[in-house]
Amino acid sequence: MGLTVLYMSLVVLVPLSALLLNQTGLTWEKFWSVATDPRVLASYRVSLTTAALAAFADMILGLLLAWVLVRYDFPGKKWWDALIDLPFALPTAVAGVALTAIYSANGWIGSLLEPLGIKAAFSSLGITLALMFIGIPFVVRTVQPVLEDAERDTEEAAATLGAGRWRTFRTIILPTLIPPLLTGFALAFARGIGEYGSVVFISGNMPMKTEIAPLLIMTKLEQFDYAGATAVALILLLISFALLLGINLLQHWTRKTAR
Amino acid sequence: MAGTVPAAVPAGKRGTSPSPAAAEKTWVKWTFISLAGLVLLWLIVLPLITVLSEALKKGWEVYIAALSDPDALSALRLTLLVAAIAVPLNSIFGVIAAWTITKFRFKGKNLLITLLDLPFAVSPVIGGLIFVLIFGRQGWFGPWLESHDIKIIFAVPGIVLATLFVTFPFVAKELIPLMEDQGTKEEEAAVTLGAKGWQIFWRVTLPNIKWGLLYGIILCNARAMGEFGAVSVVSGHIRGETNTLPLHVEILYNEYQFSASFAVASLLLLLAVITLLLKNWFTRKNAH
Repeated sequence: MGLTVLYMSLVVLVPLSALLLNQTGLTWEKFWSVATDPRVLASYRVSLTTAALAAFADMILGLLLAWVLVRYDFPGKKWWDALIDLPFALPTAVAGVALTAIYSANGWIGSLLEPLGIKAAFSSLGITLALMFIGIPFVVRTVQPVLEDAERDTEEAAATLGAGRWRTFRTIILPTLIPPLLTGFALAFARGIGEYGSVVFISGNMPMKTEIAPLLIMTKLEQFDYAGATAVALILLLISFALLLGINLLQHWTRKTAR
Repeated sequence: MAGTVPAAVPAGKRGTSPSPAAAEKTWVKWTFISLAGLVLLWLIVLPLITVLSEALKKGWEVYIAALSDPDALSALRLTLLVAAIAVPLNSIFGVIAAWTITKFRFKGKNLLITLLDLPFAVSPVIGGLIFVLIFGRQGWFGPWLESHDIKIIFAVPGIVLATLFVTFPFVAKELIPLMEDQGTKEEEAAVTLGAKGWQIFWRVTLPNIKWGLLYGIILCNARAMGEFGAVSVVSGHIRGETNTLPLHVEILYNEYQFSASFAVASLLLLLAVITLLLKNWFTRKNAH
């Protein structure tokens, strides 16, 4: 499976990029100058760091949510479970304007953070928060089925042998959860890098600081710089393909360890 | 696979009761539940409430006025039109793709499965860009289209194409695991009893995948109506002509008409809530 993806990237991506390079008058020199432009590099840095931070936060919060939803019974659980999917179903533009309203200086959470000197909206923190919203279902929905299938017998055995609950979690439960957790992380990360709608409103879009890569593609298109937009997009594509390959390998691993 | 998530098994049915030693203490359990509740409240419920409260901030009159504005109505019409084209096409494609992948063996099957992941892995902005590079004024078919007076980019066909690209995997991705589980036994039995290809599909396969199919269709629909990035690239943002509902939210927001913007957003929120309710219903049906 992993090899297929690699093959696919080579077979599809390379001709695709070659064609695009010719079509838009994008030469290797132009490609190189766009790819190494400080503003472009800064946009990749912003996209990668915020997406990684958000995916990491989602991994921890998602584990908590999945654990509670699988292991405990409590009133209203069905509704909690249904709410997890909201970020999948809600159009990203709606999420974008809503989160901006919450975290801007006069918003519900923004006004609480303002006196502390924390600027949530129009900063990289804002981008991270938006990406956390978008990414959380990926982690919950990959961890949940694995946790459901986990054999409780081993845990019971550990308890019989005198292991405390925390020790059982660390040595028996957590190892089986690492592949799905990493898969969830990678899925949220991949989605975060390409995400546009929920981020443009809250990011403030300052070049070099809070400008994400997809937005830079948009900006270049609006200036009719098709070659430049294509160059930025190609690198983003390359990153996405590498992640897709990684995710496929991780899912393969998840299936293997689950058995 | 990237971007898709298996349909969740309905919660609440699995409450196995382990021996006390292999379970957390009650206070630990309730601390975790409370923490999870707070996370849910903060991450998911708060944005939901914000849309409604911001939409109604200036009262019902402003709300109604924003929704009955001619530009909003034309955006609603376009959104419905795009979904009406994209969802049926992608549903048919999805069923065929899932059918081919799960019921037959052939070379390049893995390639096909991976191709299905493509729209999830690629940024929607890039999805839009591809169509600009193909059909735009400077694109491959640009000169030809221009000489024949056909507009695709910055017009409705471009929006439909971008939406098709972004939503094409939903139905197939939902059906593949389902059909894989069911295998080909029932179909083989039907063949032995003398059923023809179409008969097998309508009488055997379709009833088996009914709920999963509906689930895939509503997810596809939600994305088709809500897509922002890809559509934004190809739309050209012409009010009353190439503006979809999500794009209208953006335009109003950038004009500082916040209440109106959130009013339109609340329509899309309604779409999301209906999607979730239907999804829950379908997954429960599916589990039976």
